[in-house]
Amino acid sequence: MLTALRQQFRTWLFRPQIESGTVTLNQRRIFIVPTRSGLGFAGVLVLMLLGDINYNLSLGYVLTFLLGTTAVMTMLHTFRNMVRLEVRAGRADAVFAGETAQFVFHVHNAGALPRYRLILHDKNQRRVMFDISAQQSVEVKLPLPAARRGWQHAGRLTLYTEFPLGLFHAWSYFEFDTRCLVYPKPATSLPLPASSGQNGTGKFNVTGDEDFSGLRGYVAGDTPQRIAWKALAREQGLQVKQFNTQQGQILWLDLYLAPAPDTEHRLAILARWVLDAEAAGLQYGLRLPCVELPPDHGIAQREECLRALALFGMSDSTLAAAET
Amino acid sequence: MNLPSTLIYGLLLCVLMVCAPHAAHLPSWVSVESAALLGWCAYLTRNKLALPARWLLGALMLGDVIGILASFHTLFGRDASTTLLILLTAFKQLEVRNLRDATMTIYLACFIIVTNFFYTQTIAAALYMLATLLLIVTVWLHLHGDTLPLKARLRLAAIMLMQAVPLMLVLFILFPRVQGPLWGLPQDAYGSSGLSDTMSPGSLSKLSLSDAVAFRVTFNGEPPRHTQMYWRGPVLWKFDGKTWQAGRATSAQAPQLDSLDSASDYTVTLEPHNKTWLFTLDMPTSISIPAQLTYDFQMVRTAPVNARLRYNAHSQLGYRANADEDPRQLQRALNLPPNLNPRARQLAAEWRARLPGDVAVVNAALEHFRREDFHYTLEPPALGSNEVDDFLFGTRHGFCEHYASSFVFLMRAAGIPARVVTGYQGGEYNDLGGYYIVRQSDAHAWAEVWLKERGWVRIDPTAAIAPARVQSGLVAAMPDSAALPFLARMQSPLLLKLRFDLDALAFQWNQWVLSYDPERQFALLTRLGMESVSLQQMALDMMLGLALLVGLYTLFMLRRLQVRDSDAVQRLYLRFCRKLEKTGIARAAHEGPRDFAMRAAQAQPQQAAAITDITARYMALRYGKAPDPMALQVLRRMVAAFRL
Repeated sequence: MLTALRQQFRTWLFRPQIESGTVTLNQRRIFIVPTRSGLGFAGVLVLMLLGDINYNLSLGYVLTFLLGTTAVMTMLHTFRNMVRLEVRAGRADAVFAGETAQFVFHVHNAGALPRYRLILHDKNQRRVMFDISAQQSVEVKLPLPAARRGWQHAGRLTLYTEFPLGLFHAWSYFEFDTRCLVYPKPATSLPLPASSGQNGTGKFNVTGDEDFSGLRGYVAGDTPQRIAWKALAREQGLQVKQFNTQQGQILWLDLYLAPAPDTEHRLAILARWVLDAEAAGLQYGLRLPCVELPPDHGIAQREECLRALALFGMSDSTLAAAET
Repeated sequence: MNLPSTLIYGLLLCVLMVCAPHAAHLPSWVSVESAALLGWCAYLTRNKLALPARWLLGALMLGDVIGILASFHTLFGRDASTTLLILLTAFKQLEVRNLRDATMTIYLACFIIVTNFFYTQTIAAALYMLATLLLIVTVWLHLHGDTLPLKARLRLAAIMLMQAVPLMLVLFILFPRVQGPLWGLPQDAYGSSGLSDTMSPGSLSKLSLSDAVAFRVTFNGEPPRHTQMYWRGPVLWKFDGKTWQAGRATSAQAPQLDSLDSASDYTVTLEPHNKTWLFTLDMPTSISIPAQLTYDFQMVRTAPVNARLRYNAHSQLGYRANADEDPRQLQRALNLPPNLNPRARQLAAEWRARLPGDVAVVNAALEHFRREDFHYTLEPPALGSNEVDDFLFGTRHGFCEHYASSFVFLMRAAGIPARVVTGYQGGEYNDLGGYYIVRQSDAHAWAEVWLKERGWVRIDPTAAIAPARVQSGLVAAMPDSAALPFLARMQSPLLLKLRFDLDALAFQWNQWVLSYDPERQFALLTRLGMESVSLQQMALDMMLGLALLVGLYTLFMLRRLQVRDSDAVQRLYLRFCRKLEKTGIARAAHEGPRDFAMRAAQAQPQQAAAITDITARYMALRYGKAPDPMALQVLRRMVAAFRL
């Protein structure tokens, strides 16, 4: 009963909800309480006041009141250090499981005052501290370990400050819809499977890449090796050299080909193969039970494949929840 | 150590600064040790060495506790606990390892400032406190804002303290004052310089070396002459051959006073002296605060004066006091210790036999002092067991207590009731403040004899030897070489004036800051127009004042966060567009500023230059990199001046 009420109170007070876009920290969102050392200081002040009364120390009164009001005023300073900051979630680049996901947040200070010692942390106390000068933005990177493949969410984050004297703790919660794609952790080195058109030596000639067939416009994801730098030098814009690919030299990466007992390990092996195939400059396609990615080559293909591996088997509902 | 070394130095400086004023009264070994501990800490920090082990510090601290016990014979009480606090704080510096320890140091430093006010509460102490606070807050900011440069921290600390000053004033004026103490105070809580309730050779001459102010007096009306300013303190009846004491009264007869001459009305601001008596002019008749007039005309309070006290009193300068004194009291005023001072007794008996009447004996004694080779000096030679004989027939060098004591002895030996009165004589006029300052160096002792029909009559034997003492103060009565207090010696007129100005300032400070007690608070609040000075009303007004100020601060402090320069630029541009719109040139939703400007310039060729210029400036401000802050002002002026 009490717990339920408490939960309800917290829900009412903190209004947990997933947000997108820019969040401006206003008085509704900022909470402020005295810190432990703030309470300690209050105790010191009470002792001082008792001493002043007892010994009729007029200057003691002056000192006590001066310290007391300074302390109370720091509440305003602490609040001011946070209020009207604009926080926006940035892109979090995909990482492999076991690496650290860098969640990027853009914090903008539109006011004319610099802000100091702001700390952003998640519920596991992984934190990052930053300052923002007046009318500046900073890109805050919160490193969170990525344990499992799939979508990783930053979860509910806390931004707090105790500036200037550490007597008050002002904080704000927010939960953005930002997420980071976590690829399966690639297995340790393993030979690539046999090409579908050849016997499985694992060796391929890559002559297909050498037949130059023309130029096309650059699309995001094209490998930099194929950019026509000469064309760029002639001010013809970014163009990519196209090569004829040869049929029959295509590597199909199939979940069932991966020599491992369970799906997770197989995905790990596939991830390794995708990386190796890309590094070897091969044409490769990916075949999963409900997904088939046609063979291609390049960064875009690599990402596409890894993404499919990362999200393989994730239920639509999870995905849907993550999308919203 | 994970704290930056600059922070450690800052903390050490704070501790040094709050402890420095204590050096004046700490035992010297404590000052030396504290300084050594701070130096040790600075050395370790500088050379990035590890802090000493806890057991070592513990052992040293234990040694210090024993040292304090040896010096003060207690760990409690004002001096001992202050000493302990200072040593503890110095030790704490050697184990400052994290933020919490550093915060603790800051708190301790704040506390040590308060302890300094036990000893001094002058204007200088207040200014020093402000400087110390500025340093402390600056270092404190370092704890929680280490990315701020020192200058910015100093500035922020100053701003924070300045913001707190008006709030502090509201609290200082309106915070309901309670008359302390709340609990029993250790005996040494108050300084007790001043007269004591006994008098022995040397006690007053020692006091005369002090410049300290005993009290200040404002006369309501014409001030009496200097020779009439006898500030009555303890009256001493009992003599044991060496020391004069008050003794025990044998009668409860009320004092009777017949006035003969002018009266005087005056206000005294008495410095705390930790004794019950109040000083009034001979002879007091009434006083504004609860006090009792004893049978020998002393004004006595029930509680010791341990805070500065202001009272208004009324005195008769010409009087007949207790003309029909109780015979038992008169007998008391004749008692002498047996077998002492035979030569003085003999001299008195001689006068008695030779001269008719008491007045003649009194005059003979004064004449004796005047005629014989007596000297008035602050450094009288030591006396033997027959003190009065030694003085009268031997050394003949003495201060007022010697003269008063031997005079009363002679009178009693001659059968005339007499007693010693101690107090202060004279006072120094401060024309800036319009009041008299009576210092400890004005301490004095005189005699009173009881004569038939006339009652108790004041006789000052010192006046017979050194008339200048009574006419114009101690300075005039002493040869230049005498060891007088620095301030009491005559200075150049400029220095004298400066000294008086400073004292007038100190007087106002005392009046308005240091003696701001429940009484003064009441008076001030009534004068400020508060109709009923009640606790509730004060608390309410205090809250109101604070809320008002904090509200103002909030408005002021959050103001700069709402101004957005980009918005200002946009607003200006929109105003410019509205001006154009009034003449029918409305900006279409799809139209960029450049296209719109071109169209508007074609429609309004005579304003084309202004339109192009404003648009260019707008685009530079809105989309350009790092716009010049002055550019906004220019744009504002141009938009305002834009007319069609």
